[in-house]
Amino acid sequence: MNRRTIIVLVGLAIADFLLSLWMGQQAYTWMPPQAAAEALLVDNLFSFMTTIGSFIFFGVIGTLLYSIVFQRAPKYDSSDGPHIEGNLKLEVVWTTIPILLVIWIAGFSYQTYDRMSILGTIAPRAMGMATAEAAAMQPAEPSKPPIAVYARQWAWEFYYPEQDIRSTELHLPVNQRAQLVLSSEDVLHGFFIPAFRVKQDVVPGRTIDFEFTPIREGRYRLRDSEYSGTYFAANQTNVVVESADDYQQWLAMAATLPPSPAENVAFEEFNRLAESSISLGWDTVKPAPAPVVNYASSEEDPHE
Amino acid sequence: MSNLSLEAIQPSLQPQPGAPDNWRRFFTFSTDHKVIGIQYIVTAFVFFLFGGLLAMVMRGELLTPPADLVDRTVYNGLFTMHGTIMLFMWTFPMLNGLANYLVPLMIGARDMAFPRLNAAAFWLVPIFGVILTVSFFVPGGPSQSGWWAYPPVSLQNPTGNLINGQSLWILAVALSGISSIMGAVNIVTTIIRMRAPGMGWFKMPAFCWTVLSAQLIQLFGLPALTAGAVMLLFDLTVGTSFFNPELGGDPVLYQHFFWFYSHPAVYVIILPIFGVFSEVFPVYARKPLFGYPVVVVSSLIITGLSGIVWVHHMFASGTPGWMRMLFMVTTMTISVPTGIKVFAWVATVWGGKLRLNTPMLFALGGLSMFLFAGITGIMLASAPFDIHVNNTYFVVGHFHYVIYGAVVMGFYAAIYHWFPKMTGRMYYEGLGKLHFVLTFIGANLNFFPMHPAGLMGMPRRVASYDPEFAFWNVLASLGGFLLGVSTLPFILNMLSSWTRGEKAGDNPWRAIGLEWLVSSPPPHENFEEIPVVVSPPYGYGSDKPLVANNPAKE
Repeated sequence: MNRRTIIVLVGLAIADFLLSLWMGQQAYTWMPPQAAAEALLVDNLFSFMTTIGSFIFFGVIGTLLYSIVFQRAPKYDSSDGPHIEGNLKLEVVWTTIPILLVIWIAGFSYQTYDRMSILGTIAPRAMGMATAEAAAMQPAEPSKPPIAVYARQWAWEFYYPEQDIRSTELHLPVNQRAQLVLSSEDVLHGFFIPAFRVKQDVVPGRTIDFEFTPIREGRYRLRDSEYSGTYFAANQTNVVVESADDYQQWLAMAATLPPSPAENVAFEEFNRLAESSISLGWDTVKPAPAPVVNYASSEEDPHE
Repeated sequence: MSNLSLEAIQPSLQPQPGAPDNWRRFFTFSTDHKVIGIQYIVTAFVFFLFGGLLAMVMRGELLTPPADLVDRTVYNGLFTMHGTIMLFMWTFPMLNGLANYLVPLMIGARDMAFPRLNAAAFWLVPIFGVILTVSFFVPGGPSQSGWWAYPPVSLQNPTGNLINGQSLWILAVALSGISSIMGAVNIVTTIIRMRAPGMGWFKMPAFCWTVLSAQLIQLFGLPALTAGAVMLLFDLTVGTSFFNPELGGDPVLYQHFFWFYSHPAVYVIILPIFGVFSEVFPVYARKPLFGYPVVVVSSLIITGLSGIVWVHHMFASGTPGWMRMLFMVTTMTISVPTGIKVFAWVATVWGGKLRLNTPMLFALGGLSMFLFAGITGIMLASAPFDIHVNNTYFVVGHFHYVIYGAVVMGFYAAIYHWFPKMTGRMYYEGLGKLHFVLTFIGANLNFFPMHPAGLMGMPRRVASYDPEFAFWNVLASLGGFLLGVSTLPFILNMLSSWTRGEKAGDNPWRAIGLEWLVSSPPPHENFEEIPVVVSPPYGYGSDKPLVANNPAKE
C-alpha cells in the first residue's frame, strides 16, 4: 500500500467514526422520555451499541458500495478476477476485533444490568393466600410492604396494602425506589413501562418482586407486553409519577372513594359485541369483569 | 452406468426410477431428488403467498390505531397462522427443496441416501398444510395463541371442543417435526456417505457445509420441541398439567422446551442462506470464496453455539439474573463466527469483476439487510437493552430483516441462480431486476419503521395501538403492500421463462461446481459417470480443473 492509499483509508475511517459518534448521540432521541433511573442506564448502553454498530454498518456497506460502483466487469470482459483464496493476517484481525468488541459490549451490559437490579426474588405463589398478604409476611421486607400488581385477562389492578386502596392507575412518588410484587391470576402477562425501560413477564403461579426508581413526574403508559389472548392489545393503563406530597394527597383522596367498577376496554367491548346480532369473530375467553377499585383511570387521560 | 443397467441389476430393491419426463411427474410419489426438490419449492411458494396475504390483512388492520378492520380474535388468528405458515410451510420446505435439489448434484451423488424416505418427508408437507388450512374452518377458528403457543393461553380452549384450532395446530407442528427429522436424517447421511471420490471435507462446496450444519441442529433440537408439543397436547386434550400453573404445572418450563429448539431453528434457516451467499458471490465476482476453510468451519461453530443460547428469548420471562447474564454472553459469542462470514463475503466481492445480474443483486441486498439485522441482533443479546425492547416491534423488525431481508432474498438469489439448471431455460433479466427493486424497497419500507416504533414502546402482536405509533405503522403497511406487489413480476417471470425462456445450456454463468458439469436440467440420476474431484471449489482465476473425468459423457 502506498502512502496515499493509507491516508485515504485513515480519512475514511475517521469519517466513519465521526458519523457513528453522531448516530450514537441521535440514539437518545429514538427513545421515550427518560422517566426512571433505569432509563438513563439503558439509554447509555443503547447509545454505545448504536455507535459501535453504526461504525461496522457504514464501514461494511461503504466497502460494498465502492465495489458495486467501481469494480464492475466491463462489458464483454469474460475474464476472472484475481485468484485470492484468503489472507491469514486479515482473517486473524477480523476474528480478534469482534471478540474484543463482544467482551466490551458484554461487560458494559453486565454492569448496566447489575446497576439496574430491577428483579428481586421469584417465588412460588403461596396457595390460598392473596399475593399482597403473602408478600407482607416475608420477613426481609423493611417497613413498607410493596404495592401489589395484579394482571388478569384483561385488566391491571394495583393494591396499596398499607392504605388498603385499589386502583387501576399506578401512582408512584418521584425519586423513591418503587417496590412492586407482580402476580397474574390467569395467563402470562408482561409488565412494561416504556418510559422506565423496565419490563417483566408476570407468571401465573409465582410472585415476582420488581423494583425501579421513577425520576420524572408525569403520566406514562403501562402496557401488557406478553401476549395474553383476545384483548391483549387493549390491556393498557397509566402510571403517574408525582411529588411525595401529591402522592400522599392522592392516597388520602383515594382512600375516601368508595369502590366502584372501573372503565375496562376489554369487558365493555366484549359486552357490546355480545349484544350485536352478527359475530364476525371467533370464540374468545370471556374477559374478567371490570375491576372494582377506589380509584379508576380513564383511557381518555393524556399520557406522554 | 445407465438407468437401464441399474434396474437390471436390482429390479426389486431400487426405488422407482421416476415418472417420465413430463410435468405430471411433479404430482407423483417420485423418488428423484430433483423432482422432490422442485415439489418442495413450488409447494412452499404457494404457502408463502398465502402467509403473505394474511400479513397484508394484518398490515391493513394496523393502518389505523383502533381495531377496526377485523375482529380482535381474527387478528390474533391471522398473526398466529402467518408465523406458523411462514415457518413451517414456507421457510423449512423451501430450505429442504434447495437442499434436496442441490446437495446430491454438488457432492457428485446420483440421488439422496434414502429416496423413498425423501418422498415420504415431502408428502407430509401438503398433509399438514391442509390440516393448518382446515383449522380456519373449525368452530372457534384457528389457533390464536401465536406460533410460540405459550401456555396457559394455548390451553384456554373457549370452544370446549376436542377438535379445535389449537389441537389441529399442535398436530400439524408435530407432523412438520417428523417430516423435518426424516429430511435431516436423509440429508446428513447423504453428505457424510455419498460424496464423490476425491471430495474430502475441504473440497466440498460451502452450501453443503451449511446444509450439514443446519440439519445437525434439526437432529438435536427437534426432539425437545416434539416433547414439549406432546406435553402441551396432553394438557390441552386429556387434562394433564405439565404447564398449567393452576394444577401445579410450570408455564416457564414450556418456554425452555420451545426455545431449546426454536432458537437453533433460526440457524437451521439462516445457515443454508449463508451457503447460498457463499456460492453466489464467487460466481458473479469471479473470485474464489475468501477464506473458504474458515468460512465453512464457522458454520459448524455456529451449530455448536446455537444449542446454548435459547434463554435470550426469555430475558424478561421468569428467569433469574444469573441465567440472563450467562445466556447474554453465549448469545453474543455467536456474532464472532457470523462476523467472519460477513467479512469474508465482502472480501470475496472486493476487487472482483462484478456482474450485477438478478442473483447477485439479491445476494448483495440480502447481505446488507442481514448486516443490519446482525447489528440489531447483538443489541438484542444485551439483556438490559432487551428488557426494554423485548416483545416490542423492535424485535419484529429485527427478525423480519433476518427472515425477509436475508432469507427470502437469499431464496430469490438461489432460485434465479439455479433456475437455468433446474429448468434448462433462462429467466428474463429485466423482470428479475424489477422484482429485486420492488422487493428491496418494500422490505426496507415494511420492516425498518418497526424499529423506531418498538424503541418507543409499541408492543408486538397488537390488533390496536396508541395513536402516537400511527406514522411508523402507515409506512410499514405501505411497504407490506409493496412486498405483495413485488411477487407479481417474479411469478410472471418464472411461469413464462419456464415455458418459453431462452435455452440456457449447461453452464450459463460459467460457474465452477459439479452441478454445472451436467446438462440443464440434469438427467435422471445426474451423472453418467461419478465425478472424481481433484480441486477445492471456487477455482476462479485459476486454471486447475475441478474433476479428473467427464461426468456427463454421453
